[in-house]
Amino acid sequence: MSMAQQAGPALGRPPAAGPEQTDGRTARRPLALRLLARPEVGVFLGAAAVLVFFLVVAPSVRQGSSMATILYQSSTIGIMALPVALLMIGGEFDLSAGVAVITSALTASMLSYQLTMNVWTGVIVALVVSLAIGFFNGWMVVRTGLPSFLITLGTFLILQGVNLAVTKLVTGNVATDDISDMDGFDQARKVFASSFDVGGVQVKITVVWWLVFAALATWVLLRTRYGNWIFAVGGNKESARAVGVPVTFTKISLFMLVGFGAWFIGMHNLFSFNTVQSGEGVGQELIYIAAAVIGGCLLTGGAGSAIGPVFGAFMFGMVNQGIVYAGWNPDWFKAFLGVMLLGAVLINLWVQRTATRR
Amino acid sequence: MTDDKTHGTVVQDAPPADDGLLVELRKAGKSYGNIRALHGVDLTVHAGEVTCVLGDNGAGKSTLIKIVSGLHQHTEGEFLVDGVPVRFSSPREALDRGIATVYQDLATVPLMPVWRNFFLGSEMTRGPWPVRRLDIAAMKKTADEELRRMGIVLDDLEQPIGTLSGGQRQCVAIARAVYFGARVLILDEPTAALGVKQSGVVLKYIAAARDRGLGVIFITHNPHHAYMVGDHFSVLRLGTLELSASRAEVSLEELTNHMAGGAELAALKHELAQVRGVDTDELPEEEDLTAPVAPSPEGTP
Repeated sequence: MSMAQQAGPALGRPPAAGPEQTDGRTARRPLALRLLARPEVGVFLGAAAVLVFFLVVAPSVRQGSSMATILYQSSTIGIMALPVALLMIGGEFDLSAGVAVITSALTASMLSYQLTMNVWTGVIVALVVSLAIGFFNGWMVVRTGLPSFLITLGTFLILQGVNLAVTKLVTGNVATDDISDMDGFDQARKVFASSFDVGGVQVKITVVWWLVFAALATWVLLRTRYGNWIFAVGGNKESARAVGVPVTFTKISLFMLVGFGAWFIGMHNLFSFNTVQSGEGVGQELIYIAAAVIGGCLLTGGAGSAIGPVFGAFMFGMVNQGIVYAGWNPDWFKAFLGVMLLGAVLINLWVQRTATRR
Repeated sequence: MTDDKTHGTVVQDAPPADDGLLVELRKAGKSYGNIRALHGVDLTVHAGEVTCVLGDNGAGKSTLIKIVSGLHQHTEGEFLVDGVPVRFSSPREALDRGIATVYQDLATVPLMPVWRNFFLGSEMTRGPWPVRRLDIAAMKKTADEELRRMGIVLDDLEQPIGTLSGGQRQCVAIARAVYFGARVLILDEPTAALGVKQSGVVLKYIAAARDRGLGVIFITHNPHHAYMVGDHFSVLRLGTLELSASRAEVSLEELTNHMAGGAELAALKHELAQVRGVDTDELPEEEDLTAPVAPSPEGTP
């Protein structure tokens, strides 16, 4: 209703008189501005810029095999960045995501080896353990109402300690035993860590999984009730609850989704390297969160996309490998990442302020 | 403002009682431990009528609506819906009986588009389970139709609802409640944070909801707003009914006096008259406050 507000400034057109009656207050913003207002478009441009930059300064990036390596690197971050992004849109964090990957891999590896079982048994048990960790995180956050930052910081420390201590207890070593000669290993490797040939270039299967998961996540987020609920519980939990959104279910299941991602990457690590180093994974959680934020997910929840983190993860993979291909000192990697993160956040902020101004 | 022809096609899934009595409180009250927040309150809500609940801060308005909306349970008296005593344990139960509450702040998720907000929690879907998806076209169409029916015309249902004005957000929430089969609409101070014009818009939608046959409980501390749309007025003071009167029995002045603590002011008039510079002629005499004081006679029109 036009009565509800004073006329907006600078009307772009007279009130429409056609069958589509409008309130005549909003001028349609130019297409370019509307596109830019979408955070995933901003990160797409950023990723394209980084790609072009390294294509210019590091000629070896232009080879297909280099690109396959970059995509592989991106996919291992990207597969985890997806559920982390969904969780972030849902208004929560998971700091335990990095070490949970290792927990999952350790579980599968040690269980199969110690009990001399088909590795698939270990894989299934690891999935259950990962989902249980996710459930625990979610349940604690929902029940206590404490910030997920605190709860998952606790889980992070617990898992870090348990990973190391249990591995040493069981194997007498900080790494698990090689399981590559066990039943079902080859089969599982095909699913989680194989490669296939595309025009003479070996592409890792995780790249395919990454894109499949990304497409699935996008569909769920934008086209299903559950996706609607994710935005709602992150945007305004109390409103969501008041209109009948199952807030508890949504939050816990999002944490379990992160558990699923941790399981998947854990299995990938296990079946590509045959053994697991129990002290790894620390710090990875921040990489996932950074990829989600660069991908335009709102740190406070309620906004974001699944495709943005795909580009965010690609930027990570690109920079990570690009520095190597360019022949620079890889010590600079983290510094480069930090600059990129800040840059992405600032550009996002600026773009949103400009493009959404009415 | 458009298309008034198809009034009330979706609401009224259950017919109201013969006299249109939807919700009734009989001597209802609520104690929190040793604190009696509400005591001996009678309230009736009829279909197609607006019942205004007025009162100052701390008068018990919130407690009253929390009982009706299912957030709290009454500890004394009776609460009847369609003539049947009830005791709700959650807002969902109240919702299932057609009692919807529009909270001042809790109405919407600001970053989500208008149409997603409209259907949030009750989304339309199509397709079998693994590929069951939102029926976006149908939801947008329905949301647009319902909003227009309530007289709300928006350019772009994709815009985040946070970009709407406070009044418009309230109106979307009201339209949503009406569409989802609310028979009783509880509005918790919908005009409290709004400007003059926006309050007018919200009042218009309250009237629109009433004309569609809903019973409306309008909580406010603004007697002017209440008198514009109200059919029955209940003034709460310190947890009890100070006044319960139909529109015919009370004037705006009397209502305002009751709200402004008129009865107490009248009692003070004698004292105030002693003070130089205080004009007591404007203050009501105690016998001027003739409106029936609670408990009101039964069977108000």
